[in-house]
Amino acid sequence: MTDNKKAQGANPRAQEPKKKSKYTDVSGIEIIADENFRVMSPGRMVAKRFFRSKLSVIGLAMIVFVFLFSFFGPVVVNATWKYGETQVFKIERISSMVTTADFNAADGKTYQYYDESQSHIYFKAPISGQHWLGTDTSGFDIFVRLMYGGRISLTISFLVIFLETTLGVIFGGVSGYFGKWVDQLIMRIVDIFFCLPGLPILLILSATIASIEAIPPEHRIYYLMGFLTLIGWSGTARLVRGQILMLREQEYMMAAETTGIPARKKIFKHLVPNVMPQLIVTMTLGLGGVILYESTLSYLGLGVPFPRAAWGSMIALADPSKGQEILANYPNMWVPAGLLIIITVLGFSFIGDGLRDAFDPRMKR
Amino acid sequence: MWKYIRKRLFLAVIILLGVSVLIYMLSMLMPTDYIDRQTAPAVANGTMTQADVMRLKELYGLADKSFFGIIKSYLRWLGGTFTGNLGFSFLFGKPVATVINEYMWTSFILALIAFIFETAISIPMGIRAAVNQYGGYDYTVSVLAMVGTALPSFFLAALLMNIFCIRLGWFPLQGLTTATKIFAPDAHFQIFLDKAWHMILPSIVLILLGIGGLMRFTRTNMLEVMNLDYIRTARAKGLSEHTVVYKHAFRNTLIPLVTTLSGTLPGLFGGAMITETVFAIPGIGYTALRATVQGDIPFIMGYNMFLAILTVVGMLISDLMYMVVDPRVKLK
Repeated sequence: MTDNKKAQGANPRAQEPKKKSKYTDVSGIEIIADENFRVMSPGRMVAKRFFRSKLSVIGLAMIVFVFLFSFFGPVVVNATWKYGETQVFKIERISSMVTTADFNAADGKTYQYYDESQSHIYFKAPISGQHWLGTDTSGFDIFVRLMYGGRISLTISFLVIFLETTLGVIFGGVSGYFGKWVDQLIMRIVDIFFCLPGLPILLILSATIASIEAIPPEHRIYYLMGFLTLIGWSGTARLVRGQILMLREQEYMMAAETTGIPARKKIFKHLVPNVMPQLIVTMTLGLGGVILYESTLSYLGLGVPFPRAAWGSMIALADPSKGQEILANYPNMWVPAGLLIIITVLGFSFIGDGLRDAFDPRMKR
Repeated sequence: MWKYIRKRLFLAVIILLGVSVLIYMLSMLMPTDYIDRQTAPAVANGTMTQADVMRLKELYGLADKSFFGIIKSYLRWLGGTFTGNLGFSFLFGKPVATVINEYMWTSFILALIAFIFETAISIPMGIRAAVNQYGGYDYTVSVLAMVGTALPSFFLAALLMNIFCIRLGWFPLQGLTTATKIFAPDAHFQIFLDKAWHMILPSIVLILLGIGGLMRFTRTNMLEVMNLDYIRTARAKGLSEHTVVYKHAFRNTLIPLVTTLSGTLPGLFGGAMITETVFAIPGIGYTALRATVQGDIPFIMGYNMFLAILTVVGMLISDLMYMVVDPRVKLK
């Protein structure tokens, strides 16, 4: 036993030349063998396959960029320039509008009518060194707001997916393992939630929350997350149940049965870990979906309340029903937010796709 | 088979009942409804008292917001629904069923155009991508497809509007008809052309958003079929690659395609809420959004139930189609 501990304590790789590797036998004897094969854990194999695909690496880079931008960015801005998302900048500029018209005077000559009107504008500043993307209709710095918007979107998406998966695993696991009436009952509930029309229900719920005065606006976001979870968990539950129905019949589960461990352990120790690959892929792909939902709600003005930034509400400035001015003349206000949404969602789908291929043992590449 | 259909129909009814209870509870939770909004000015200047408002609500069964009150008004709604009476929309002043029927067709035509183009474009693309797996074409198309699914509809709409309506001026910005033009009542062809002109951008948005998913679905299923033994046999027989792909492989890929696509057909009536709203197309989605924001509870109920029924029917159709298309499937 002491030998064993020593072997574990000292790093065998550091002592030996690289081609040899040291094993400790069950009986405690050390074996040194030529390494003519490589031992790879399944995790490393997946990682290797994942990083071999260019798209997944690009996706990872995109997500890392968005994360740094939205979590590290505000810290930097706050430390250097000391302002946040709701700092109003009044930058005065003069916008002059010239109107000309020709008219024929009584003397038969054509005169030109020339009028120049000047107005002072404090908001909607153009792109400058201080404000990289200018300021918006309320005088907020757009670039900084993009960072805070990203924070909201990413936080919501991760929390929602986490909650959805937890609910889905519990309900799907129980339903798939016990079968019979438990399965029937849970699956009918899942069916009901599956048939709920997502967006209209979210609209109703968000409108409800927005108008209850007892709930402070900054807490609305947590309710929103709850609603998004409510809409999304049924898909995960179905996936988990389907997989568990299949796994339940396999021989290793028979072996687990004979050991007499409780059902809870059988489900969460033996069945659920085998569903993990599919679950991780669905979770990754789901992240993008939640971001799209969240930005749609913000676009409709039902997401994060006004002074706080969200990508969706930044694009809503370009809504043509509120006038064409911003849509036509200020692309700096809404195009970057849209591009960031695309980058984030695309990044998650690249990673999800890469993971799916990496987990699939049939894939030879 | 009939036994299976009967069982599924029974389940569908149970699901719909559950959905209706949930939606009714949720919409009754909305703190202000249409009656509040409409009577608020009158209450404020004293021409109406709060008691009048409550009497008005009583009339529509919306007054009692306690648990039992909601159950009572739900049962009233349910009873009406079984006799084909979905209630009366406040916002439109017409029966809910009439309003839905009125606005549904615009949405359906828009969605149908998008559906036809999506299918026609994405299936051949998916097949080609699967045949050249990991080739240049596959990568390009797959990445473009993922970009398509990553696009928020309102952002794509805003981009297209900026380019095609404002910069180039090719298409009108919003609406379904040109408000400044007056057509003779018998100028059907001109009215049709005008509407079609307004529909182009919204349908492009729907097509671009939808192509990605369907293309990748086709590709995945095609890849699965291409790895089957009978494809190897077909190749070994000396058939041309074209025959192998389009005659032998594609026919089996059609099974999941037909079942899924037929399942989405009822959904075409449901309307594209965001796209219709951005382009101000008077379809069912735009109408429903306005009604929801205004708290028109009977319409909200009717519309959401309509959507739930479409989903349930879609699922039923795709299951039945599976049996029709694939003779190996025997449903119990």
